[in-house]
Amino acid sequence: MSAADLTPGLNTGLNTGLNNGPTPGTSTSAAVRPLRHISTRFLRSELRLIFGRRRNQAGMGILALVPLMIAITVKVSTPRPGRGPDFFGSITSNGLFVALSSLSIELGLFLPLAVAVIAGDSVAGEANIGTLRYLLTVPVHRTRLLAVKFAAITIFALVATMWVSLVGALVGLALFGGGEMTMLSGTQIGMGSAVLRVAMATVYLGLCFASLGAIGLFISTLTEQPIGATIAVVIINVMSFILDSIPQLSWLHEWLPTHWWMSFGDLLRDPIAWADLTRGLLTAAGYMLVFWLAAWARFSDKDVTG
Amino acid sequence: MTDEPGELAVATHGLTKRFNKQVAVNAVDLLVPRGAVYGFLGPNGSGKTTTIRMLLGLIRPTAGNHRLLGKAMPDHAGNVLPLVGSLVEGPAFHPYLSGRANLVRLDSVDRHADPRTTTVRVDGALDRVGLLAAADKKYRAYSLGMRQRLAIAGTLLAPRELLVLDEPTNGLDPQGTREVRHLIGSLADDGATVLVSSHLLSEVEQVCTHIGVMHVGKLLTQGPIAQVRAVGEPRARVVTDRPQDAARVLRGLGLTDIVVEPGVAMGTLGALIAEKVVVALVDDGVPVTGFAVERPSLEDLFVSLTGEGFNVSG
Repeated sequence: MSAADLTPGLNTGLNTGLNNGPTPGTSTSAAVRPLRHISTRFLRSELRLIFGRRRNQAGMGILALVPLMIAITVKVSTPRPGRGPDFFGSITSNGLFVALSSLSIELGLFLPLAVAVIAGDSVAGEANIGTLRYLLTVPVHRTRLLAVKFAAITIFALVATMWVSLVGALVGLALFGGGEMTMLSGTQIGMGSAVLRVAMATVYLGLCFASLGAIGLFISTLTEQPIGATIAVVIINVMSFILDSIPQLSWLHEWLPTHWWMSFGDLLRDPIAWADLTRGLLTAAGYMLVFWLAAWARFSDKDVTG
Repeated sequence: MTDEPGELAVATHGLTKRFNKQVAVNAVDLLVPRGAVYGFLGPNGSGKTTTIRMLLGLIRPTAGNHRLLGKAMPDHAGNVLPLVGSLVEGPAFHPYLSGRANLVRLDSVDRHADPRTTTVRVDGALDRVGLLAAADKKYRAYSLGMRQRLAIAGTLLAPRELLVLDEPTNGLDPQGTREVRHLIGSLADDGATVLVSSHLLSEVEQVCTHIGVMHVGKLLTQGPIAQVRAVGEPRARVVTDRPQDAARVLRGLGLTDIVVEPGVAMGTLGALIAEKVVVALVDDGVPVTGFAVERPSLEDLFVSLTGEGFNVSG
């Protein structure tokens, strides 16, 4: 559409009253408008909804508290070796360990909870306030809706994890400095490689959390109560950790969604121990595929009455 | 009215929806000609919204099928729905976004919408429903009437051939109701077909060219408004200070269903010509201060069709 075509619409748009003739609303020759085959508008709109929402911004603030607390606590106290997560003792040697310590603490509840909130909201939240019926009548194809919703959940999981890492790295480097990093295997790597390793660990965990998000997307298609979906995801997450700690169920452990999460530490070995990380990524991909398809099977012909 | 698919904006065939054991919509054959303003009437709970949800593909019919703008649904939803603006069961928006941001959100999920014209189209739609001044207020802060207007604005973001408006005047004050009626008229003038549902007969009566009446899941009658109304027989109404005498004359002329009220006598005309009644009354020396032939209102018609009032029926 050229600028000349736009002008009449603009003029009527600035007039007042209900009765000022043809406006962009209708036209006598309403032909099908051209279809844009590839567009990221829906996804960008989703991300604006997620990251623009006060509640979620407050949640991001809480996620950032953990690295701040860790860094300050370690700074004002003498770390005692042998206690706490592996990375704690190393924080004073390299500030990047604040990021890794924060990730290992937040993967238990805070980060999965954040993803559970977003995933639980994804479909159930729209159904709850009724906007789902207006999305579907635009129309948004149901498969496209689920694809975009899941893409947004995945991006959120990655961004939230990166946010924790970033805050941890920045505050850690500010308080303890950088430099060479001692690996879990004892060797040392340069600062550039260290940053890369932390980034890889972050992306690995982000993808792990996104697989939990896929479970959340599925549950979100079952209900019109977003809080209920969120709680269900958190329960699944906690149950997975509990089952993972029962030795008698060792046959089950490798299939649990959370089992491989702690393997992100293998990225801090020299050379990187890829075996468990690969299993972790495959497990995450498997959960994403299965639960996205389950969501699709459930949602594609569901009656939308909300 | 013809049965040519191309001439019908909405055509349903035996459309039925059962929820568990309850039949919400029972074999409805809705026929909305292109260019019509179709008043879809019925009390709360009569199945109007369920029918509309099926039309738009939100819920699957238990039986039957339907076409929108000549194309089979839901198979062609992707081609048809971009030409259909809809308001279903009240407005629904994100409460923490402004009215404008909510419309931009709706526009950005529409793969047919041109992002370069979004601002112009959103402002145009807001203006058309008189909401431009409140466009940047949070939806949460909107009154029910403003919310309703925003939902109507949402249907106007793109050129439409069919508008499906479910209870568009809900929550509006009399001025707002008048404006919506006006808007429906102007949309129809632009060439759009409008299907407007209401549980308030009088609100819709004035703008509709066609009506359909739902009752307990069934479509009792439909057609051009004059044709539907013609079903009711005209009644003569005589205003006089001697209603008993007038009633005697009416009865003598062969009018039926004579009703006498203080100052008024009424009767069904049947085949009789109204002028003859006046002559007969005057000849008989009955003082006539007023005389009218009344068609039954839609409400009367509804009562005669259903045997009950325009109330909620479970």
